[in-house]
Amino acid sequence: MSQKQEWGTRLGVILAVAGSAVGLGNFLRFPGQAAANGGGAFMIPYFCALLFLGIPIGWAEWTMGRYGGRKGLHSAPSILGVFGRGRVFRYIGVIGVLIPLAVSFYYTYIEAWCLGYCWQYLSGGIGIQVGAPVEEQTAIAAKFYNDFTGRGENGVIAGGSIQTFVFWLITFTVNIWLVFRGISKGIEKFVSWAMPMMAVCALIVLIRVLTLGTPDPANPEGNVVNGLAYMWNPDFSKLFDSQTWLAAAGQIFFSLSVGFGVIINYASYMKRNDDVVLSGLTASATNELFEVGFGGMITLTASFIFLGTANMIGAVQGGTFGLGFTTLPVVFAHMGWFGNVIGAIWFFMLFLAAITSSISMYQPSLAFFEESLGWTRKQATVLMVSICIFGSFLVMYYSVGGIFWSTIDDWVGTFLIFILAMVQIIAFSWIFGIKKGLEEAHQGAQMRIGPFYAFIMKYVTPLYLLVVFVAFCIQYLPGWLKQVADEPLRQGALALVGGTALLLVICTAIGERRWRAAGLDIDGKLPPSEGKGGRT
Amino acid sequence: MTPLGWIFMLASNLFVWGLTFVCFYWVLTTPSATEHMESTLDIDTHLRDL
Repeated sequence: MSQKQEWGTRLGVILAVAGSAVGLGNFLRFPGQAAANGGGAFMIPYFCALLFLGIPIGWAEWTMGRYGGRKGLHSAPSILGVFGRGRVFRYIGVIGVLIPLAVSFYYTYIEAWCLGYCWQYLSGGIGIQVGAPVEEQTAIAAKFYNDFTGRGENGVIAGGSIQTFVFWLITFTVNIWLVFRGISKGIEKFVSWAMPMMAVCALIVLIRVLTLGTPDPANPEGNVVNGLAYMWNPDFSKLFDSQTWLAAAGQIFFSLSVGFGVIINYASYMKRNDDVVLSGLTASATNELFEVGFGGMITLTASFIFLGTANMIGAVQGGTFGLGFTTLPVVFAHMGWFGNVIGAIWFFMLFLAAITSSISMYQPSLAFFEESLGWTRKQATVLMVSICIFGSFLVMYYSVGGIFWSTIDDWVGTFLIFILAMVQIIAFSWIFGIKKGLEEAHQGAQMRIGPFYAFIMKYVTPLYLLVVFVAFCIQYLPGWLKQVADEPLRQGALALVGGTALLLVICTAIGERRWRAAGLDIDGKLPPSEGKGGRT
Repeated sequence: MTPLGWIFMLASNLFVWGLTFVCFYWVLTTPSATEHMESTLDIDTHLRDL
């Protein structure tokens, strides 16, 4: 068995979970979703989803993780086996290791883009001519993005984008080093300065954007107030469109990192009387601050001021990466020499947002390999790194159009998250029992989950989740299935995911035998204090 | 920017900034239950005085 690991401070685990949740989506995906789905009116379904979906599932995960940790368990398969009372939930729990592991294959690659862009801005920008028309500037930014990320043709490793590979290598090495150092010495120590640093970077950019005024007197419409209006003026008609509610639920869901297999692992390193209720709420609040307070105020406001209404539709339709890596570089070019500084700070902030998320993706699989195979941290790291290098190399080699990695993102980073969240809330509220679950959550808690939330967690959250999932399947699944049937690259991506899942299932089977032999209560028959391996 | 736009923007920001501030204030000013727990060695039973 591995050596005992635990969080040094309560603030450490809160910042680590918040860091895991805050990612590129907070700054790039949220504003686009809000603007396309009713502006300010989008916040009504958004906050409903936060209160009825995000926070309750988060609390369930925090509680399950800490409870599992008291039994000496640290991975989603073993902990869900306890809460689901048996083998079925244990094997479904493999999804809780598969999601972070498979997402890490491409996430670190995207993280490397942020570092690479930051470097480019520090060395003078990405070659956008300030005086050129916006269309031409956008074309230059798009070309740079395509070349840098290998979207133009396969083989980013062997082709002209070798610098992307170098940035990936740096990023990956830093990630593994931090995770290998352990929970307290590696992850906690890093997030303790990375999160405040990210907040400082976001504040600098926010202040700069809000003090831009009307930068071009010849274009009085391009001012801060109109930029904010583009994002926040409400369109209430969108509230009658089911797509708006689906988009809001999806945004909350993916943004908070619930159903990702990370919180359950992180919380398993807490002490038995560490608070989980206030900690869970604080981590969620921090994520919301970065999403609404920074993402909602910076990205589209700055884009509108310099690009105007005509170019905004294309910017929003360009999605997360179009907005971040094509539109914003054009915006920075309009800020003069100071634009390069703001660009460097912006991409460094995105890099910090990404790395605090990616380290949380490696830790669950590392803990799982240690726990299931009985290996040392060093051995487990070697296995995890081998899998990640294999997966990441495929992602980087088959880079054309981002098809390979976006397929993993669709099926693992989106579809499987719904499944895992549903499994978790059902295991917590129905099988373990909501009454017992809340009693467990309240152990050491600094605030109580009211009886109203017992009803929410038992009935409203699973139903809400089910409705969103069905609507999601109706809307996206037929198209995704057709794409997979038509495109070999997508089939290859799913084969990679399938192979990884098979390996994890085999490890779970080995682990199951070992855990039983060691006398661990993996089917949740005993209270935590009576099981072996208990943490006190 | 319409008045409703201002209201939604300010209310949303007030909510997230306020919630984050209150939560962190609470976390940083209240000692956790674990920190309150006394180990066996910390409890003075006054047995030596007998």
